[in-house]
Amino acid sequence: MLEICSINKTFNSGTPNELRALQNVSLTVNDESFVIIIGTNGSGKSTLLNAVAGSFYVDSGKISLGGSDVTRWPEYHRGKFIGRVFQNPFTGTAANMSIAENLALAAHRGRPRRLDWLLRHNLVRQFRDRVCQLNMGLENRLKNPIGSLSGGQRQALTLLMATWLRPELLLLDEHTAALDPKSADQVIALTDTIVRRDKLTTLMVTHSMQQATNLGDRLIMMHRGQIIHDFRGAEKKRIRVDDLLARFEEVRRAELLDESAAEMLRRAYV
Amino acid sequence: MSLLLGALTLGFIFSFIALGVYISFRIFAFPDITADGSSTLGAAMAGMLLVHNVNPVLATAGGFASGFLAGIFTGTLATKFKINGLLAGILVMTGLYSVNLHIMGRSNISLLGSSTLSTYADRIGVALTHGRPLHLMGWEITALEASLLVASFLFVALAGCVMYVFFQTNLGTAMRATGDNSDMIRALGVNDENMIILGLAVSNGLIALGGTLLAQYQGFADVQMGIGMVVWGLASVIIGEALVGTRQLGLSITGAVMGSVLFRLLVAIALRLGLDPNDLKLVTAAFVFLALIAPGLLKRLKTRRPGPVHA
Repeated sequence: MLEICSINKTFNSGTPNELRALQNVSLTVNDESFVIIIGTNGSGKSTLLNAVAGSFYVDSGKISLGGSDVTRWPEYHRGKFIGRVFQNPFTGTAANMSIAENLALAAHRGRPRRLDWLLRHNLVRQFRDRVCQLNMGLENRLKNPIGSLSGGQRQALTLLMATWLRPELLLLDEHTAALDPKSADQVIALTDTIVRRDKLTTLMVTHSMQQATNLGDRLIMMHRGQIIHDFRGAEKKRIRVDDLLARFEEVRRAELLDESAAEMLRRAYV
Repeated sequence: MSLLLGALTLGFIFSFIALGVYISFRIFAFPDITADGSSTLGAAMAGMLLVHNVNPVLATAGGFASGFLAGIFTGTLATKFKINGLLAGILVMTGLYSVNLHIMGRSNISLLGSSTLSTYADRIGVALTHGRPLHLMGWEITALEASLLVASFLFVALAGCVMYVFFQTNLGTAMRATGDNSDMIRALGVNDENMIILGLAVSNGLIALGGTLLAQYQGFADVQMGIGMVVWGLASVIIGEALVGTRQLGLSITGAVMGSVLFRLLVAIALRLGLDPNDLKLVTAAFVFLALIAPGLLKRLKTRRPGPVHA
């Protein structure tokens, strides 16, 4: 279970570029829950994921994972329990190393790195089987450097790596945003399969309303560093793309209203 | 002939510097210039131990250990204290200058009276050849030259094999991944800072080992002997990459050794042809400069060629 208790994060604090990226965000994610996060640009979706992953420490608040308080844990320490797939296909894999080596590094997540031989035969055989299931023809290219693969192939492998050992929590940060539509569909199908099969607790940020409605059992909408909607259960199942677009329109109108109100005040008082 | 043998032997000894530089510059993409200090540190440490009649094998191991420690210092400054990598190396290198003087007690010590790995190799060589001079392609070579060459080659071959295996173990692969993509390796639960510290320790250990062997080969340790080691190592690595043309691990290691030997041969030839030894470092620096900018220049020349006209 992931518990986020009123966390705050401000970037460039005290400068003209100050950005209050997360404002008092609280969120409890139950085990085996698949949460989709959508939001306007700069709403703090990715920041929320990075806060959980430990890319930076939050200014205040508390994050706990599986009962332990991880708020002050460094990123690599949380990495033992959290699987991640990034938006940029280059971030999740080591380009100059082979497919097998990348997978093997992931297969040892959270275990001490000792002087034992990495690419053992039975491990490589497992890689071949699982990579074969991807239907990307990569099973005979395990020795090739991962940098020679397409973005879709790299994301599929990163997903495999992130879930090779069952993570306590899976973080997907717009992992199909940089892919062409066909690869994106493939990776999404793979995501759905793996998350369902392994019953993974998952947070997934997306820009695609289609993905947001089709996937997951809970949907969170963020705006300006806050959670503004939280749909779950039957409500989440009912929700359609049009409903989401309407919510976004609402947000946009409220924003315009804010701006025109501010303009009115300025005219009246300045 | 003895000039050629000497150059080959030096080439193999300098391979340790090249291998160390390969680890820091290529595997970790860390511009570590601690090497200038740690190579001298290895020589000073081993020299001091040898003068005190310590077993040469132990003294050599001591040299390696001292470099390992220097690497830990640089790595710690760069990661735990977030000091720029280049500056961290400069700080440790500068500090090591005084440390080296203290270890040796003066600016240079002679090892001519001590028993060293070189005298060991010589003794074995003499025993095998019964003291008779050897003939190679019509040239007469002494047992000492031959045994030093063979010993240095065996030493480097061993180190290369150990490195090749090490960087394919669980730990070694995690270290390579740290240099390749630190975001990824952190996400996989590995403390990338510790990997960098350990990597620089191994790198500087090898470099100090090179300094140790160099001191035993030439019969003295000098506080100035490390100047320019980084650039020499880098030149060897670059020549090696040009020779083997790949960045695959096994080939790169072989390439670094080949590059070091070839570089020493080139230096020997250039000196023979009348290059002023004082110009050696300038020429080497210019060579590395050219090798660094060559790929970019070639690419620019290629793109400048007029392409097909678009309608």
